[in-house]
Amino acid sequence: MSETPPNAGTGADDAGGARAATARGIGASWLRKPANAIGFGLFALVVAAGLLAPLIAPYDPGFIAIRDRLEPPSLTGGHLLGTDHLGRDIFSRMLYGARVSVIVGASVVVLSSLIGIAIGLFGGYSRRFGNFLMRIIDGVMAFPEIVFALALIAALGSSLTNVIIALTFVYVPRVARVVHACTLALRNQEFVLAAEALGGGTLRVAVRHILPNTLGPVVVQGTFIFAYAVISEASLTFLGVGLPPGTASWGVILAEGRNYLLDAPWITTFPGLAIFLLVLNLNILGDGLRDLLDPRSRKLL
Amino acid sequence: MTAALEVRDLRVRFDTDTGPLDAVRGVSFSIAKGELLALVGESGSGKSVTALSIPQLLPPVRVSHPGGSIRVGGDEMIGASESVLRGVRGGRVGMIFQEPMTSLNPLQTIERQIGETLRLHQGLSGRALRDRVVELLDLVRLDAPRERLDSYPHQLSGGQRQRVMIAIAVANDPDLLIADEPTTALDVTIQAQILELVRDLRTRLGMAVLLITHDLTIVRRIADRVCVMHNGEIVEEGETAALFADPQHSYTRHLLASEPAGRPPARDPGAPMVIEASDVAVHFPIRKGILRRQVGAIKAVDGVSIAIRKGQTVGVVGESGSGKSTLGLALLRLRDSRGRIAFLGRPLNDLPPRDIHALRRQMQIVFQDPYSSLSPRMTVRQIVSEGLDIHGIGRPGDERRARVAELLHEVRLDPAMMDRYPHEFSGGQRQRISIARVLALKPDFVVLDEPTSALDLSIQAQIVELLRELQARHGLSYMFISHDLRVVRALCDEVIVMRKGTVVEQGSAAAIFEDAQHPYTRALIGASFDIVPSPPPNGDGRGATA
Repeated sequence: MSETPPNAGTGADDAGGARAATARGIGASWLRKPANAIGFGLFALVVAAGLLAPLIAPYDPGFIAIRDRLEPPSLTGGHLLGTDHLGRDIFSRMLYGARVSVIVGASVVVLSSLIGIAIGLFGGYSRRFGNFLMRIIDGVMAFPEIVFALALIAALGSSLTNVIIALTFVYVPRVARVVHACTLALRNQEFVLAAEALGGGTLRVAVRHILPNTLGPVVVQGTFIFAYAVISEASLTFLGVGLPPGTASWGVILAEGRNYLLDAPWITTFPGLAIFLLVLNLNILGDGLRDLLDPRSRKLL
Repeated sequence: MTAALEVRDLRVRFDTDTGPLDAVRGVSFSIAKGELLALVGESGSGKSVTALSIPQLLPPVRVSHPGGSIRVGGDEMIGASESVLRGVRGGRVGMIFQEPMTSLNPLQTIERQIGETLRLHQGLSGRALRDRVVELLDLVRLDAPRERLDSYPHQLSGGQRQRVMIAIAVANDPDLLIADEPTTALDVTIQAQILELVRDLRTRLGMAVLLITHDLTIVRRIADRVCVMHNGEIVEEGETAALFADPQHSYTRHLLASEPAGRPPARDPGAPMVIEASDVAVHFPIRKGILRRQVGAIKAVDGVSIAIRKGQTVGVVGESGSGKSTLGLALLRLRDSRGRIAFLGRPLNDLPPRDIHALRRQMQIVFQDPYSSLSPRMTVRQIVSEGLDIHGIGRPGDERRARVAELLHEVRLDPAMMDRYPHEFSGGQRQRISIARVLALKPDFVVLDEPTSALDLSIQAQIVELLRELQARHGLSYMFISHDLRVVRALCDEVIVMRKGTVVEQGSAAAIFEDAQHPYTRALIGASFDIVPSPPPNGDGRGATA
C-alpha cells in the first residue's frame, strides 16, 4: 500500500472496509426493531406450537366428549378455549391446526420457490423459449387463485398432499415472475458480463451470479406466499374441498363452527383470529426481511 | 456593497446512527457580485454539502449547523423561516444539478417547468409567461425555442436538458447561481458549450456563480477564484492563475500533481500482432409489430478496423453512444459482429464455443463502474479466484488462495482483506479488485472500458500508473476506451476517434494530438485541454444518447 496513501482519504466515504459487521451483529440489530421482533417472534411461536402440538396439547384433537359439548372458554374449567359441538377441546385442535398450517405453508413455499426459480431463470435466459414460457405463466396467473386451486383439487381429490400440490401450482407464477424480472435486470449488469468474459458458462453464471441476487426478493415473496397459502388452505377447507372434515385444521374448525356462530362464537373466533394474526405477522416479517436481505441497505441499519 | 454570498465559519453536522459526523468544519468564503468562484474537492470533501446548505436544502431532521452564518446579499439563511427560504430558492438563488436526466420532471413539458418558477416568484401568466419562457430558452441558446415549448425532457439531449435547467435557474434573475457539477454527466464537447454558456450568462446577468466541481480543467478555464476543500475544510484559496502557478498547501499540490501525466512506452512496429480486426460491424435489429419483423438496424459499430501489437495500447475515444464499448465487446466475442477478427493470428469468427471458452483466458475486460462490475454477494477472494475456478488453474483451496493473495498484493491491496465483500471498499479499491480478477488469468489482451472515469482525480492517476506498470511487467496489450483525452494521451500509442459507430480519425497518438485533421477530433481535444474550443459540428446533436 506504500504508493496509495490518498486512497485512505476516499476510503472514508464508504468506510473503506473498516466496518465488517458480523452476521450475528446484523441479526441482533435487525431484531431490535419492534416490528421485526414481533413478526419473527409470533411466527416462531406458531411454528413451535405446530411442532410441539403432541407434547403440549391437553387433549387428543379428535377426542369426543358429547357431555362437554359447546362449553365456553374458561381458565379453570379444563378447556382453555372452550369445546365444539362434539365436545372436542378447541385449544388442542388449534395447536394441531397450527401444525397443518405450517406444513402447508412451508411445503408450498419451498416447492413453489424451487419450481418458480427454475422457470424464472430459464425464462430470463433462453431467448427462444423464455418469452413463450413467461406468457404461459402470465396466463396461469390470470386465473383467480381459489378457483384455480378448486379446479385442481376437484381433479386430484382432497387430501393434504393434493392441497399442497394445488397451491404450489397456484403460487409458482408469483415466484417465477419475480425471478424472471430480476434475471433480466441482472443479465445486463457488468459483473455478469465480467463472469462471461472470464469464460463462465451459462449454467455457472446463472447459478453463481444471478441466482444469489434474486434470493432476497424470493425470500420476501416466500413469506407472502406462506401467508396466502395459509388463507387459501383454510378457505378451501372451509368450502369443504380442502382437508377431510375429520382433520384438525383451522379451516375445518371454522367450517364446523359456523353453524354455532350465535350459540358458541368462540369456536370460530379463535381460528379466525389465529389466521388473521399469522397472516399479518408474516407480512410484517416479509417487510423486515426485505430490508435485511439487501446487503447494500445493511449499512443503513 | 455587500457580497452576493458571504459564508462565515460554516459547520454542518449529520446525525448518523454511529454518532455525529462533521461534514463541513468551519468553512468561510465570499463571492462578489459577478464573480465566479470554484469550490474544488474530491468526493466526500464536503463541497456539495456546503452548496446545499446555502438555500438550506439539506434534510432538516438529520442535519444541524453547530455554528456559522450564510448571508445571501446580506440576509441570514441559517434559521430563516421557511417562507423566506422559499423566496430565496429559485428567486435570489438559482441552482443547477449534476444530472439533467433526473433534475427535470419527465411528465411535464419544458414550458410548464420553466413557467412554474416564473408563476411562483413573479406571478406571470398567459402570454407574458410564454414570452418570458421563450426569451429564457433563447438566452440559454436552445435552438428553435418556440418549437421546443411542448417538448418533454426525454425528447431533448443531455446538453439541451442542462440548458433547460439553466433557464429555470436564471429565470428570476438570481443574484447567485449555484452549479453543482453541472457538466459531469455530459460529453466533453457539450461540457465546453455549457461552461461557455455559464460564463457568458454570468457576464450578461451580472450574477455571482458558485461552481462545485472536481475537474481542474474546468476550474482553470472559467473560474476567477478557487477554494480547495479537503475533509470539510478549505485548505487553500486564491486567484485561479496564481493558485495553479504556485499552490501552497500540500493537498492542492497533490491534486494538481494527480492529473494524468507521463507518456506511453515507445511504439514497436516489430512487436507481434495481438489482435487484428477489420471492418467490424455490430448492428442491432429494430423490430416492430406482432410478428417482430425487422424494419431496420441501429448501426452501433460500422466498419471499424483496429490492430493492437504486444505491449501496446490503442485508445478508442468518443462520446457516449459512439459505439466504443460495443466495439470492445465485439473484439472479445461477447457481442456478435460481422467482419474479420484475428487473435494472435487465429481468426475468431467461426470458432466453436469450446475454443472461445479456452480463449477467454487470454482476453479480458475491465469495466467502467466499479460499483456494478463486482458481484455484491461474493467475497473478494471468490471474485478474484473465479477465473481460476472456471479454467481449473491451480489446486482448489490453499493454492488458489495463495494466488489471490499474490494478485491482491500486485494491485496494492492488503491480502488480509480478501474475505470482505465489495461494498466495504472504496471506488478506487474496487477498481483494483477488478484488475486483479483480470490478471488472475494472465491474459495477453485487455479491454479497459473507461476504467478511470468513475473515480476521483487522484485515484485516477494511481490506477493509470498501476495499469502502465502491469503493462510493462506482463507485456499486456490494452484497448483503452475513454472520453478523457488526458488519460488517453498518458497511456496510448495509437488513437481511434469514433463517432456514431464509425471512425472519424485514426492514427498515432502524436499525430492526432499535434495535428488533428477532423473538426470533431479538434473539438474533442479543445474541450479536454486548455484550448478555447472551436465550434463543434452539429451543435448539441439531436436526440438522446445512450
